[in-house]
Amino acid sequence: MSDVIKEHIYKILEQVSDPEIPVLTILDMGIVRDVIRDDQNNIEIIITPTYSGCPAMDAIAFDIKMKLIENGYTHVKVTYTLQPAWTTDWMSEEGKDKLKAYGIAPPQHISSRINKILFAQEENIECPLCHSTNTKLLSEFGSTACKALYQCNDCKEPFDYFKCH
Amino acid sequence: MNKLSNYQINYILSLADSTLILGQRNGEWCAHGPILEQDIAITNITLDLIGQARNFYQYAATLINEVEHKNETEDSLAYLRNERDFKNLLISELPNGDWAQTILRQFFFSSFMLLVFEELEKANDEQMAAIATKSIKEINYHVKWSSEWVIRLGDGTEESHNRMKNAIEALWMYTGEFFIPADYEMIDVASLKEKWLEKIKAVFEEATLSVPENTFMQTGGKNGIHTEHLGYILAEMQSLQRTYPGAEW
Ligand SMILES: [Zn+2]
Repeated sequence: MSDVIKEHIYKILEQVSDPEIPVLTILDMGIVRDVIRDDQNNIEIIITPTYSGCPAMDAIAFDIKMKLIENGYTHVKVTYTLQPAWTTDWMSEEGKDKLKAYGIAPPQHISSRINKILFAQEENIECPLCHSTNTKLLSEFGSTACKALYQCNDCKEPFDYFKCH
Repeated sequence: MNKLSNYQINYILSLADSTLILGQRNGEWCAHGPILEQDIAITNITLDLIGQARNFYQYAATLINEVEHKNETEDSLAYLRNERDFKNLLISELPNGDWAQTILRQFFFSSFMLLVFEELEKANDEQMAAIATKSIKEINYHVKWSSEWVIRLGDGTEESHNRMKNAIEALWMYTGEFFIPADYEMIDVASLKEKWLEKIKAVFEEATLSVPENTFMQTGGKNGIHTEHLGYILAEMQSLQRTYPGAEW
């Protein structure tokens, strides 16, 4: 595929956001794995789900199609791939900064560091409000599949943490 | 259809059914959890389970359509099969009981599925390996969460300890079939028993609980022979699709 078209499509995909975290584009999230165009101008966007049951995936696939159609790409197919499995390591640095500004603590470690020791929590998670790292885990499961619930011991604010995956 | 693909399809369906039915059961806790954070936790786990079930059903549908030239979908497999076609582990269909029983079931189940998926990750089947790798990331959280709760309740108050003991008494007999292979089983489940027991015993020890000895083990789920509870779950879960075939959100 010519780089110009591919670049154009990526520019369009930048306008598609995660419906559950609207400040992040699907590129920030690292969900888009590939963009393929065949010689009949059919476009295939390959995305990978964050969590198996993430309800945002169907909405994202729909939004991708709509945005591309708006921009004149009419033959669009969105396919899912599970391999390799999505990881928070693919989240862009820009995405992490946007998360923080939005009030969600970004994933702190690389995914292989998930702490399996019972009652252990990921350490030094920074409070997005006052930037203290004196925080505690309230629950490993938060408002969406990808988040845990933390609380700041200093400013007392509870906040979402985008957990390593 | 050759025997091998028949086995493969049945095996994938058995994994799909166990995760779907447990997901459906856990979903009953939605808005009924003991405290808000744990209500959110159990329903998040449920979402993971339903997602895993979808991956398995989609894969099973692809294979069935390839070899049998049918037109199955994830929905038709979940909503239009009968009770005797479901191959889920019996433990997944049991009523939730109290919080202790729900926690313990999750602990038994997730600890087992983690071992199953670790085997499947090494399998020749690429799609199965991909689903397994994805699922393991999620199940690690389920195992950790349920282990912690078993310890919290077992080593908690007299009341919570007794509830945990009652849960063990109610559920232990349904763990035997984990390790008895069905004819379609693609991995050596019997070989996972020791590792599973090791994990259970380690957590039980910290929880001041013990593993029952020499109990009768109920089997049947993997071969479609279910407790009376599955029929009721299916009636509720399938009624909409059976009343309005093809209905979509
Ligand atoms: Zn703070």
